Amino acid sequence: MARAFTPKVVTANDLLEGDVIYLTETDQWSRHHHEAELIEDEAHAEIRLLFASGQQNKVVGVYLADARPGPDGPEPVHFREAFRAKGPSNYVHGKQESRA
Amino acid sequence: MYTYSEYDDAFVRRRVAEFSQQVERRIDGSLTEDEFKPLRLMNGLYLQLHAYMLRVAIPYGTLDSRKMDQLAHIAETWDKGYGHFTTRQNIQYNWPKLPDVPKMLEALADVGMHAIQTSGNTIRNVTADHFAGAAADEIEDPRPVAELLRQWSTDHPEFQFLPRKFKIAVTGSPNDRAVTKAHDIGLRMVRNEAGEPGFEVLVGGGLGRTPMIGKVISPFVPKADLLPYCEAIVSVYNTLGRRDNKYKARIKITVAENGLDTFRDLVEARYAEIRPEFTGIDQEILAGIEKEFAAPAFRNATTEAYDAAREADPVFRSWADTNLAAHRIDGYAIVTISLKAHGKTPGDASADQMRVMADLARRYGHDELRISHEQNVILPHVHKSDLPVIHAELLRAGLATANVGLISDIIACPGMDYCALATARSIPVAEQIATRFDELKLEHEIGEMKIKISGCINACGHHHVGHIGILGLDRAGVENYQITLGGDGTETAAIGERTGPGFAYDEIVPAIEKIVATYLKERESAEERFLDCYRRVGINPFKIALYGEDAKGRARAA
Repeated sequence: MARAFTPKVVTANDLLEGDVIYLTETDQWSRHHHEAELIEDEAHAEIRLLFASGQQNKVVGVYLADARPGPDGPEPVHFREAFRAKGPSNYVHGKQESRA
Repeated sequence: MYTYSEYDDAFVRRRVAEFSQQVERRIDGSLTEDEFKPLRLMNGLYLQLHAYMLRVAIPYGTLDSRKMDQLAHIAETWDKGYGHFTTRQNIQYNWPKLPDVPKMLEALADVGMHAIQTSGNTIRNVTADHFAGAAADEIEDPRPVAELLRQWSTDHPEFQFLPRKFKIAVTGSPNDRAVTKAHDIGLRMVRNEAGEPGFEVLVGGGLGRTPMIGKVISPFVPKADLLPYCEAIVSVYNTLGRRDNKYKARIKITVAENGLDTFRDLVEARYAEIRPEFTGIDQEILAGIEKEFAAPAFRNATTEAYDAAREADPVFRSWADTNLAAHRIDGYAIVTISLKAHGKTPGDASADQMRVMADLARRYGHDELRISHEQNVILPHVHKSDLPVIHAELLRAGLATANVGLISDIIACPGMDYCALATARSIPVAEQIATRFDELKLEHEIGEMKIKISGCINACGHHHVGHIGILGLDRAGVENYQITLGGDGTETAAIGERTGPGFAYDEIVPAIEKIVATYLKERESAEERFLDCYRRVGINPFKIALYGEDAKGRARAA
């Protein structure tokens, strides 16, 4: 029997700004983790990863990151992804700036 | 200080123009990321967690006010108004946007700076003693040799694709402030029996996942033979070093696997082959460089103002006691400006702070600044009578923290707050330790203490050579911090020993407190430094403090 698939989001960095971005269900790139498409099927994840990897002139370093459903949308599982979604802890820089 | 020749200037500008076109072609889609990545790395541009990062070389950590002002301008114009000084005497900008990077490089070229060979498997920025040319214990200023090595290694066609990166450090003093024993090549100036200065050459030092102390490959290489000797070492490494396994590719592994004697024989053979090709042009160039590093016109004046301020102002006295070092000229001092304000990011300076430091250098410091591998800024030549004014200005700029060499003067890599390779955060750990010991008002009582923190096994934070080293790891999806004790980055270099199992993020500061309390209890007197006490009593009292009486069993299980 196949092992259980951990849900994923497709993430990358924006080519021009370097900011962390996530692939949405509508094929857009969002700066916010909770707006990402939560992918619960392994085969679909591969298709979405391929689609994202084809956007070389927009994004850099595409990969699948573990995620889980939350009340406002997908949430990161690993702390590395949580830091990517939030920004650095020593300054209110990156994504935290637009929220402040 | 060395100023760019026409040749240097043309070379750097050509590279800027070339990279500008490469960036354009990446943005318009002509280059894929796989094609572009090696090109951007050759120009110091990384992609980190949240953004690009531009690493700018500060050769042997030496700057003048014009360069520092320009670093401030770049920080303000194309970054977020600050820069991060690193353990390799470089500066990193954490938030550049790709289309702006060519403009940043152009601004650097305008003041004779660049970001070339700050990445990749090349010879990186040559580092040097940050007190070079000023230290009382120095034989000779090592920077002319460092500059010669920089010129030789920059764009050297044979050494652009080494098995792995290659780092050279040089010191002119017996007291090693440049961590030469943890470099691929370490150069320590010594005198031979005739009293002539030359270099003890160390090879195969390094930190990272396999920490090793450098070994003496030659006890004395005359200055005139140094360049061909270094070339012979790198040349042998280039052919012998392993390219099959990234983790075994550094020269320390090459030396360890082949044995120092075999490696030395190969170097001697290569040296004999290439020495005749060095017909003396390098020595002519070196003589020219040496003139550019001529000592400034020191003045002879009274130090009464300094003595009076010491007497009258306890804040000034405390700062002077910790942040000044002995200068070779009477009446002068070396000032270390701490970039370690309690609770702030080690090594960060705002654009305003950079301008203050540049201005102080211009007005009072013979226009010289240094960046130390300990992530502080140095004014190497200050007449003592100017110290009260300097201190007052530093106070206003938030730069007068009196903690150099103390427990809050922590080296920390960027860690998982920025670095794509990191496995845990470093910066908040440093901030919390500094804040805690400041609250306890203990740091002056503790005395000399070097805490060094790395956020992954690559050891950019030099944790192996910290008196207390902290290594942040990812243990099953949670940050975990291993502690090592007894490391030493000086001429008595040693790799720290692991205490045992690691500590969670919220346990690490209490663990450091336990270590410090044990030291204060065990030390024979206030004069016995932590490192000396540790060497006398060994690791066991510290293990017991951290893990309880069953410490030995738990350490074995780790």
